[in-house]
Amino acid sequence: MTASPDKSLTQVRADAIARALQRIGEPITEAQARSLAARADCDCKEGMFALAATRRQMFGGTGLAAAVGMAAMLPGRAAAKAPPGAVEYDVPADPTREQGRMTGVDGGYGSRSQFETEVRWVQPTRTSSWVPMQNGWGMITPSGLHYERHHAGIPNIDPAKHRLIIHGMVDRPIKYSVADLKRFPTVSRLYFMECSGTTGAELMRANAPTVQRTHGLVSTSEWTGVPLSTLLKQTGLKPEAAWVLAEGADAAVMTRSVPLDKCLSDALIVFAQNGEAIRPEQGYPMRLFLPGWEGNISIKWLRRLEVSDKPFMTREETSKYTDLITKTGKARIFTFTMDAKSVITFPSGDMRLPGPGFYEITGLAWSGRGKIARVEISTDGGKSWALAALQEPVLPICQTRFRFPWIWEGQPAVIQSRATDETGYAQPTHQQLIAERGALEAPGMFYHMNAIQSWGIAADGSVKNVHPLG
Amino acid sequence: MCIRSVEGLRRASALAAFAAAWMGVAAPAGAQGYPSRFDFGATATPEEVAAVAIAIPPDGKGLPPGRGTYEQGKETYANACAACHGDDLMGVTGLRDMPRGAQLRLVGGRGTLTQQRPIVTVESYWPYATTLFDYVRRAMPFQSPGILSVDEIYAVCAYILTEANIIDKTTALDAETLPKVQMPNREGFIHDPRPEIFK
Repeated sequence: MTASPDKSLTQVRADAIARALQRIGEPITEAQARSLAARADCDCKEGMFALAATRRQMFGGTGLAAAVGMAAMLPGRAAAKAPPGAVEYDVPADPTREQGRMTGVDGGYGSRSQFETEVRWVQPTRTSSWVPMQNGWGMITPSGLHYERHHAGIPNIDPAKHRLIIHGMVDRPIKYSVADLKRFPTVSRLYFMECSGTTGAELMRANAPTVQRTHGLVSTSEWTGVPLSTLLKQTGLKPEAAWVLAEGADAAVMTRSVPLDKCLSDALIVFAQNGEAIRPEQGYPMRLFLPGWEGNISIKWLRRLEVSDKPFMTREETSKYTDLITKTGKARIFTFTMDAKSVITFPSGDMRLPGPGFYEITGLAWSGRGKIARVEISTDGGKSWALAALQEPVLPICQTRFRFPWIWEGQPAVIQSRATDETGYAQPTHQQLIAERGALEAPGMFYHMNAIQSWGIAADGSVKNVHPLG
Repeated sequence: MCIRSVEGLRRASALAAFAAAWMGVAAPAGAQGYPSRFDFGATATPEEVAAVAIAIPPDGKGLPPGRGTYEQGKETYANACAACHGDDLMGVTGLRDMPRGAQLRLVGGRGTLTQQRPIVTVESYWPYATTLFDYVRRAMPFQSPGILSVDEIYAVCAYILTEANIIDKTTALDAETLPKVQMPNREGFIHDPRPEIFK
C-alpha cells in the first residue's frame, strides 16, 4: 500500500474511530486512535475498525465523501436506536457483498445483536427486575437478564478497597481482599437462585399477564467461588459456634443469619458468574451463595461474616421473609429451602398461537432439594398427565429444561406442568397450598408459593394466565 | 439433602460432609495436593471488627451507650421518618419508587394475623425490639441511612414503641431497657415444617 490519505481524511477517520470507540467503552485513547489512523502504511488500517471506510471507498475517488458519511452515521443516532446491551451497526442490503466489521470494533467485549430486544421487567417500586422467561432457551440465564432484587439499590464497589471480615466465635478473625479470596481453591457449580416471593401474588387469583411477571424472579448461572467451609477452617470455630451472620455493603447493609451447618456444607463465597466477574447487580465483587435456599439469604456485596451461637433476628428474617400462616396466626421463621417448582414458558401468557397444529411445549423446572426427577404435562387442565422429556444434564439445584410435543386441535385448552424432585416432593395445587397455610391477600407476604401454573388457550390461540379458583 | 428444620440439623453430619468434600478433592499423580490451611488474608484487628460489627441480637449484646426518650423521638421521627411512614405512623401511600403505604405502616394490626388481609407492623408482627434499633441504625432513613445519632435511634425506637402501645411515654430506651421490651408477637413464630405433605 502506497497511497497516503490527505490530512483532512485522516482527521475524519480518527475522529470517527475515537467516537465509535467511546461509545463502546473507550478501550483506546483518542490520541491512540489518531495515531492508528495516521499510520498509512499499516495493512490493518482500514480493516481494523469496522466503521472505517473500505479500501475501495478510501482510494477510489469517493473516499472523503464515504468517510464523512460513515462518520456521521456513528454516534448519537445509532446510540439512541440500539436496544440495551446492543450496538447499532449499519445493515447492508447484501452482507455477502462487503466486508463485515472486523474483530476489535467492539473494544474487546461483545454485545448482542441489535435485533434482540429482550429485557428484564422492572417492577414499579424499582426494587426488583424479572427475567423474560418466555423467550429464554436452555437452562442458563444470561448474566444481563438474571433477575434482580435489591433492598437499597446497587452499590458501586471498588474491588481494590473491598474486604470480607470473618470474626465472632472464631479462633482468629481474618480479613480477606478480593485477591486473597481468588487464591483459594475454587469450585464452579450450576445453580438456580429464586426469590422466595416469586409467584406469591398468584396465590389467590391470576395476577400477572406473562410468565416474566409471574415467575421471573428465578435464574440459573454457573457460579464460581470458594467454599465457605474453607474460609471457616482458616479462622477456626469456637465450640459454641452455631450461626453465621452475613452482611452486605449496600445501603440496606442487608443482613441474614445462616445456620453453621449450611456454611460448612455447600455454601460458597462467589466472585464469578458465567465465567466472568459477577455483575454489580449480583453482588460484585463477592457474594454469599447458599444453594437451594431463598435468594435473599445469599447476601450480595458481602463484607462481613460474624460467627455466633444464636441467630441475630435481623429485620430480614423476622419482619420480612417469614411466612405467616393465617390458619393459625403463627409465622414460620427461617424458611430457607425453595420447594420444587416448574412453569411452562412456551406457550405462556400474552402469546397467541397462529393456528392449530404442532407446538413444542417447553419450560423450566427446579428444586432446592436436589434434581428434578420428572415433569408431567397436562393439556386438559389437570385431568390427565403425561411425562415431558428432560434436557440433559439434569443437575441438582439447577433449572432443568423440559419439552413436550403437542398437537393443538384449535379447541380451548388449559396447559400445566407439575415437577417432582428426587426426594419425591411434587408441586402442589393452589388449593392444597391454601388448605395447608391459609388464604392470604397480601401478595408481598406469601413466600414459597410454588403451585402448578395454568395457561389457558382460547379458540383464537390467545394465551392467558388462568387460575384454578376462577 | 432434605432439611426439615434448623434444629434438626446436626453439627456432626455437616462436619462429616465437610470432611468428605475435602477428601473428595483428588490430587493428580505427581501433584502436591491441596493444603488444609492457607496463609492468605490478614488478621482483622479489634478496631477493624468494631467498625463494622453493628448487628444487635435479641439479648442486646453490642448495643452502644446512649439513651433516648419518647419526646426526643417524636421530633426525630417528624424530621427523619414521617415523610414515608406518615405523621400517624400509618404509612404514606403513592410515594414514587416506594412500597405501598400499608407496607410502610408501623403501628396497629394486633389480632389481624389470622385474617386474609393481615396488618403487619412493628406493633403486630415484630418479635424483638432490638431488631428495630438494629434496622434503623443500619438502613434508615431510607434516602440517607446513617445520619441518626445513637441517642436519636434510641429515641425513635421509644417513640414508635410508645405509639404502638408497647411501652409508656416515661420509658427511656438504652442498652439496658431496650432488650427487655416485650413485643406483643414475641411468641408468634414457629420453625419451618416443610416439606409439607399435601392431601
